[in-house]
Amino acid sequence: METIQLEIDGKKVEAERGTTLLQAARKAGIEIPTLCHDDRLAPFGACRLCLVEIDRGGRKRLVASCAYEVEDGLVVKTVTEKIVKIRRMIVELLLAEATTGPLEVLAEKYGLKGSRFKGDEPACFLCGLCVRYCAEVKKKDITCFIGRGIGREVAFPSDLARSACPLCRECLPLCPSGAWYSLYLKGYEGMPEEAGPRPGA
Amino acid sequence: MAKLRSASELKKFRKDILAGRDPARPCVTLCLGTGCLACGGEQVHRAFIDEIARQGLVGKVDVRRTGCHGFCERGPLAVVFPREICYLKVTAADVPEIVSETLVHDRIVERLLYQGDDGKKIVHENEIPFYKHQSRVILGANRLIDPNRIEDYIALGGYSALAKALFVMTPEEVLDEVKRSGLRGRGGAGFPTGKKWETTRDAHGETKYVVVNADEGDPGAYMNRSVLEGNPHSVIEGLIIGAYAIGARHGYVYVRQEYPLAVANLTVALEQARDLGLLGDNILGSDYCFDVAVHRGAGAFVSGESSALMAAIEGRVGEPRPKYVRTAISGLWGKPTNLNNVETWANVPAIINRGADWFGDIGTAGSKGTKIFSLVGKVKNTGLVEVPMGTPLRRIIYDIGGGISSGKEFKAVQTGGPSGGCLPAAHLDLPVDFEALERAGSMMGSGGMIVMDEGTCMVDTARYFVQFLSEESCGKCVPCREGLKRMLRILTGICAGRGRPGDIDLLEELGEVMSEASLCALGTTAANPLLSTLRYFRDEYEAHIQEKRCPAGACKELIRYHIVPEKCQACMICARSCPAAAISGAKGQVHVIDQSKCTKCGVCLEVCPSRFAAVAKISGKPVPAPVAAGTRIQGKK
Repeated sequence: METIQLEIDGKKVEAERGTTLLQAARKAGIEIPTLCHDDRLAPFGACRLCLVEIDRGGRKRLVASCAYEVEDGLVVKTVTEKIVKIRRMIVELLLAEATTGPLEVLAEKYGLKGSRFKGDEPACFLCGLCVRYCAEVKKKDITCFIGRGIGREVAFPSDLARSACPLCRECLPLCPSGAWYSLYLKGYEGMPEEAGPRPGA
Repeated sequence: MAKLRSASELKKFRKDILAGRDPARPCVTLCLGTGCLACGGEQVHRAFIDEIARQGLVGKVDVRRTGCHGFCERGPLAVVFPREICYLKVTAADVPEIVSETLVHDRIVERLLYQGDDGKKIVHENEIPFYKHQSRVILGANRLIDPNRIEDYIALGGYSALAKALFVMTPEEVLDEVKRSGLRGRGGAGFPTGKKWETTRDAHGETKYVVVNADEGDPGAYMNRSVLEGNPHSVIEGLIIGAYAIGARHGYVYVRQEYPLAVANLTVALEQARDLGLLGDNILGSDYCFDVAVHRGAGAFVSGESSALMAAIEGRVGEPRPKYVRTAISGLWGKPTNLNNVETWANVPAIINRGADWFGDIGTAGSKGTKIFSLVGKVKNTGLVEVPMGTPLRRIIYDIGGGISSGKEFKAVQTGGPSGGCLPAAHLDLPVDFEALERAGSMMGSGGMIVMDEGTCMVDTARYFVQFLSEESCGKCVPCREGLKRMLRILTGICAGRGRPGDIDLLEELGEVMSEASLCALGTTAANPLLSTLRYFRDEYEAHIQEKRCPAGACKELIRYHIVPEKCQACMICARSCPAAAISGAKGQVHVIDQSKCTKCGVCLEVCPSRFAAVAKISGKPVPAPVAAGTRIQGKK
C-alpha cells in the first residue's frame, strides 16, 4: 500500500492511498461527526455531517469526508465557521424528527437547546444503516427504502421478514433515531409462533 | 434496404432520393408533435388523406407527418409546399377547402393565415414575428422531416457529417473541432462539451460508453421531447460522431417513458439507421462499430442527474452518489461514460459539417451557438423558441412571444426550471447566456422559460417549485430532503397567512445550507426559486407575513371577495353563477357574499359586468360589514 501525506487541521497526517479523509482524520485522532457512516459499509454520504473543507491549489470546496479519498498534499479543515453552521442546521433539522442519544450529544456540541422546526411524531433519519447493513453485510436485502423525496421511508415488509430475516438483530443497535426498533417489531406482527422468538423476547 | 458501405454510397443514396422528388409537386406538411396532436392533429391528418382521395388527387400531392414546428399556441399547423403557405389552427373542417383551393388551384385560404396586430395577413412561416426573430439551427429541420422516414433526414444532408467524421477526420480532429466550437452542455450546468469528451476519451480502460440524457422533466419544458420526436436522427448522428471521437462502442438513450411518441420515433429511427449500415458493425463500410440501446426511464425527475441516471440504466434505484470520481471517468458499470443532453448531441452534426468557426460566430463570448427555450406561461405565443445565445429576454418574451397574454403587466420570468430563478422586469434586457443568468441569480438550465404576470404571487411560485422538488428529490441526503420539507411547510404557512416574523431569516438560512451541503446538484440548486424570489420580491414575502396580504391577490387564504353596495346593480348574474350558493340578494336588492360559504373561486368577479365592476378582491384588509338584508340598490327606486 502506498502511503501519502496530507494536512488535516494543520496536522501532518499519513494515510494509505484509497482510504477516505474520514478514516485518515480519525486515525490521527481528529473527530468528525457522522450519523450515516459505518466502517463496515460503503460510503453513503447522506447525513452530510462529515463535510470538510478541502483546499487544492487555493480552490476550496466542501466534500463529504466519508466518501472523499485522500490525496497527496491535500489541505483539509474539519472545522470552519461555515462547516459549523451547516452541522448545526443539520442537527437542528433532525432534532425536529427525534431526540435520541447520538443526536443529543451533537445538539449539545453545537449549542442547540431545541429545534426551530416543529416536530411531529418521532421519525426515522433515513440514514440507511439498517438497510445497508442488511444488504452489504448480511447480503439479505430485507429492509429497504421506499418512496422518494419527503415521502421516503424505510420499510420492513413482513412477508420478507417472515421468510428471510435471519433474526440476527445486528441492525437494531445501528439505528441513531430509534425508529427502526418499532418498525422491526411491526414487521413481526401476526407472525406464527413457529417462526421463532419475537425480537426483544 | 441495402446497407450503405461507403461515403459515396451515402451520397448516391441521397441523390437518388432527391431525383425521385418533384420540387413543384404540392406537399402538405402537418405538425404532429405532441402539442398539435393534443389539439386534434391526428383528425386533421386523417381528413387530408380522405379528402385527397375524394378529390382524386392520390399520387399527385403528398402529405407529410412532421414533428413540432414550435408555434404550439396556434396549432395544429399545416404548411403547404412548394409555396410554403402556413395555415394555423387548422381543423378537419378546414381541410376540404385547403385541398380544393390551395392544392388544386394554388389559391390561399386567407382566414387560416397568421394575422398580425395591425390586421395584416402573413403567408409564410418565416415572416411571422414568432419565427422571424429566431435562428432555428436545431429545430429548423423539424418542419421538413417525417421522423419515421430516414430518407427525409438524408435528403437534407443527414449523416453527411458522420461520413465526414469517419472518412475525412481522425477522432482527435473531431474532438478538436467540438472543443474549438465552444459548445457547452445544454442540460443545465453548461460544462464544455469537448472537455467532457476528452476526459472520457483519455480515461483508463478499453470499454467506454456514451449516453443521451433525454430525462427532461422541468415543469413546462418540452424542447428535448420535440427534438427527439421530430428529428431523432440528428441526435443519433451526433451521438455516433461523439462516440467515434471518444472511442466508445456502446451508447444508451435514457428517455422518459412518459414521452411515448419520442420513444416510438427514436426506436424506428434506430432501426432504420441500422438497416442502412449507419449503426452497428462497420458503419458506412468503415472499421468503426457502434450501437445504441434505448433505456426507458420510470419517471423520476432526479434520474436526470448523471450518476442517478447511470444507476437507473444499471437497474438500480435512480439515486445520485457522491461524484468525487466523475462519471466521465467512472460511470456506467464503473467504465468511463460521457453523458450529454439531447440538444447538445443534436448540435454536433452541424458543427462537424459547418465547422467550429461558423458555430463560434453565433452567440456570446462564453456561450456559443443557439439555445432552444420552451416559452410558456402568460405569454401570447407559447411554443418552442430557438435563438442565438445572448438574445435579450425582452426579445424572446415580447418580439417572439408577443408579450403578455392577459393584458396585465409583466412581473417575472422563471428560467432554468426548478433549479433556476425568477427574474423581474428590471432584468428584461439581460442577454440570455450561461453567465449572465447565473449572475442574476437564475440559470440557463435546460431551457424552460415561464412568463408570469402581475396576477402571479411570487411566494406561491416559490412554494410551487419547492413542492415539486420535495416530491422529486431522491430523499437521500438530509439537507435536501429535510430542508425542502421544512421550506415547504414554512412557505405553505406564509401563503395561508400563518407566516411569522423570523420566517424569512429561517428560510434564507435553510437555503444557504441546502446550497452548500447537499449531495447532488438537485439539492444544491433546490433553494434557487426561493432565494431568487426573496432577492427580487422580498416585499411580497413581507406583505404576506406582516399584513397577511397577498399583493398579487393569488393566495386564496389571504383574499376575500366583496360586493361593493354602491356599485351593485342587483343583476343577479353573480348570484346565479356562484357555485357555492354564497351570494344572496334579489331584484333591486344589494347582493351580499356570505364569507363563511365563499370558496374564493372568483367566478363572481369574472361574471360581474365590467360596466358595474361591483365585485372587489380584498387582501390585507377586513371585509366591510355586510349591508342589511333587503337593502335597496342605489340609483334605482
